[in-house]
Amino acid sequence: MSKPHRKAKGPQVLTANRLVDGDVVYWRDETTWVANLSDAKVFEDEDALAKAEADAQAQVKADKILDPYAFGVDLTGGRITPGSMREHIRALGPSVRLDLGKQAEAA
Amino acid sequence: MYRYDEFDQSLVDARVTEFRGQVARRLAGDITEDEFKPLRLMNGLYLQLHAYMLRVAIPYGTFNSRQMHMLAEIARKYDKGYGHFTTRQNIQYNWLKLDDVPDLLADLASVEMHAIQTSGNCIRNTTSDQYAGAAADEIEDPRPTCEIIRQWSTFHPEFSFLPRKFKIAVTGAPKDRAAVQIHDIGIQIVENNKGEVGYSIFVGGGLGRTPMVGKHIRAFLPRQDLLAYLEAIMRVYNMLGRRDNIYKARIKILVHEASAAEFTRLVEEEFEKIDQTKLMALPEEELDRIAAYFAAPEFETLGPCPAEHLEALDRDRDFALWVKANVVPHKVPGYAIANISLKPIGGVPGDITSDQMDGVAELAKDYSFDEIRATHEQNLVLPHVRERDLYAIWQRLKALELATANIGLVSDIIACPGLDYCNLANARSIPVAQLISERFAELDRQHDIGELKIKISGCINACGHHHVGHIGILGVDRKGEEYYQITLGGSADENTRLGDITGPSFPYDKVVDAVETLVTTYVDLRQSGETFLQTYARVGLAPFKENLYAAA
Amino acid sequence: MPLLKDGRLVEDKWQRLEEHEVVPTEGAVIIDLERWQVERENLKGRAAPLGLLLMPGQSPEEIADDLSQFDLIALAFPAFKDGRAYSYARILRERLGFTGELRAVGEVLQDQLFFMARVGFDAFEVNERTSEGDFAAEMAKFPAVYQPSSCGENTVFARRHGARLVEAAE
Repeated sequence: MSKPHRKAKGPQVLTANRLVDGDVVYWRDETTWVANLSDAKVFEDEDALAKAEADAQAQVKADKILDPYAFGVDLTGGRITPGSMREHIRALGPSVRLDLGKQAEAA
Repeated sequence: MYRYDEFDQSLVDARVTEFRGQVARRLAGDITEDEFKPLRLMNGLYLQLHAYMLRVAIPYGTFNSRQMHMLAEIARKYDKGYGHFTTRQNIQYNWLKLDDVPDLLADLASVEMHAIQTSGNCIRNTTSDQYAGAAADEIEDPRPTCEIIRQWSTFHPEFSFLPRKFKIAVTGAPKDRAAVQIHDIGIQIVENNKGEVGYSIFVGGGLGRTPMVGKHIRAFLPRQDLLAYLEAIMRVYNMLGRRDNIYKARIKILVHEASAAEFTRLVEEEFEKIDQTKLMALPEEELDRIAAYFAAPEFETLGPCPAEHLEALDRDRDFALWVKANVVPHKVPGYAIANISLKPIGGVPGDITSDQMDGVAELAKDYSFDEIRATHEQNLVLPHVRERDLYAIWQRLKALELATANIGLVSDIIACPGLDYCNLANARSIPVAQLISERFAELDRQHDIGELKIKISGCINACGHHHVGHIGILGVDRKGEEYYQITLGGSADENTRLGDITGPSFPYDKVVDAVETLVTTYVDLRQSGETFLQTYARVGLAPFKENLYAAA
Repeated sequence: MPLLKDGRLVEDKWQRLEEHEVVPTEGAVIIDLERWQVERENLKGRAAPLGLLLMPGQSPEEIADDLSQFDLIALAFPAFKDGRAYSYARILRERLGFTGELRAVGEVLQDQLFFMARVGFDAFEVNERTSEGDFAAEMAKFPAVYQPSSCGENTVFARRHGARLVEAAE
């Protein structure tokens, strides 16, 4: 419901949840979804993103992932930073439990 | 409390088998997500931000130590060692894998528990007064009625694909602790002038996008007509409730658009027709059978309050404050109702670790006739403890870090999971609750402020009941930033009232100051003995609003 | 659409008439409510079997007086989430005493067959994936039911006290 509406401009990342465990994943290439945002493919080109989105829909049909969508990121400082609090929390884990989620696995 | 017989157990077991098959078909690709989603939702399984979340029903909030131990074990085995009690007397697990869920449900079934109909457009877990069977002001224990509704609503063939979700709450006391007027159906047990016990019925209450207080449609419904009348309401709703717009699909919209009088007429007409078949009349022996499970435990005849208890109150100020805030009179002399706050200062409202769950289970077994209650305010209750045991209980709670003395006070905050966990949320709820409770941490100040219910939701769906908070806080998204709208004067008791919006919303880092301003305004304005709500009722929104926006 | 009737995949002898088609004198046909309302006088007493399709929003109570004209009532599920037809089915069976074929059409999913059967459906237009075995498994999936309904099964309430009465007699 609160998924961001597609922004027309700026770098974007394609994300989804994995069917089997619901884990947050990010698109890297046609065969790979990765767990960490830092390993994700950043799309600066709308056509490439559209192609990846079509491919992701095929993977939904193949029952690997759920609900793929793209969101805006910021690349300042050479790091991929999510453009919203929601994506920030998905990428790291609950802001109130720093011992849980991807932020804990990374530590 | 109720115990499953062979039929109840066989149905819950069959549901586990059914869901195991559905998960297998899903993982094998035999059914699509669109087909699977309603099936998993009917079993309480959501996909949230980080993983699957399962909502387990605690029917009418009553459970025992064996069940609590299993809830603890499930958190260790399949999750990350904790669970979250919700505003609907459920417990949620946040970090599940889809293929573990059938085993988890089998473990639950082994202790007569389930996640059936904790989501989806069906009749949800029936909620009730957490003090049922213990409260001094009760006309009748509401739990037999709740259990009858639980059984009737479980796998109801006609009402499993309703326009929208459907929530029923029952209270047996005039003091409403079950918030019945904000439910799709609210049932209050009443006595008529002939001394017969029956039901007073409210319909069409609810929060969410279009909050409404329930309409009173029946002053006295004879007991044996309960299911016929519920079927009549459900059938009118199922046939006429709006399905064209998800935001207008709840029964409250139908009642509102048709008018309460017309809706009542439709229900009474349908009830007449159903009643003629006598199909739904409740057999007396079944009422008796179920009621027998809720017979009062064997209370001892206790004398006046023992000296050692009074001494402990004198000696230990922390204990005395806990008793003052958390302990409530019991209907039986010498006994008390002990609330366990799941709102430690700076903690996550409603969260509890597996070790704490085990500790509460042991306390229930040792001191409370093996009974525990979950409250819609996200706390727990030991409903039947001896006053003389309170000190020992409190010491053990302290060791478990569960002795926070704040029930009904400013730091006893309801908060939904919000954007930290929830796929629907627009803003975080939990950290706002944490910041407020830290600001008001000092217990003497909390007691001075007195009863004050703060309720926080992270989106318009209002799982945190913000509309009926004395102070309500609603998280909204403003261009990617978290903002919070404040309402005042809401209440969810027998005088249910929706709060008034104060004005423009506040950014995340200004919410606590805003709450402080409201509290200070109340303290300045209150007359002797007045609660926040009473002061608000007397002076209205204006002085609060003035102070709140004066600085801006 | 494959048709499951009384648990068997059978040939569908009924023809669903489209809007522009004329009602033939021969053969079993299913018409919609709009046509019935317009052509009622001509169709009354049709020698060959007549069936009626009701969409959500078209309660069978509206045609209660005409019910004897129909050998079949089809209730539509345009989407599986739209549960109005469950109520219509019970009204037809329990209140209006309809004894002809009650057919579920539209989005009829395997996992809903049990509930549909319980409210009185006896025929189902299912998708290609649903087999007779699936149907049998669905019908057997719950060993007991709590609610009285059209299918006449003994409820848990009745079985409990039936059982108790037997115990007492012995």
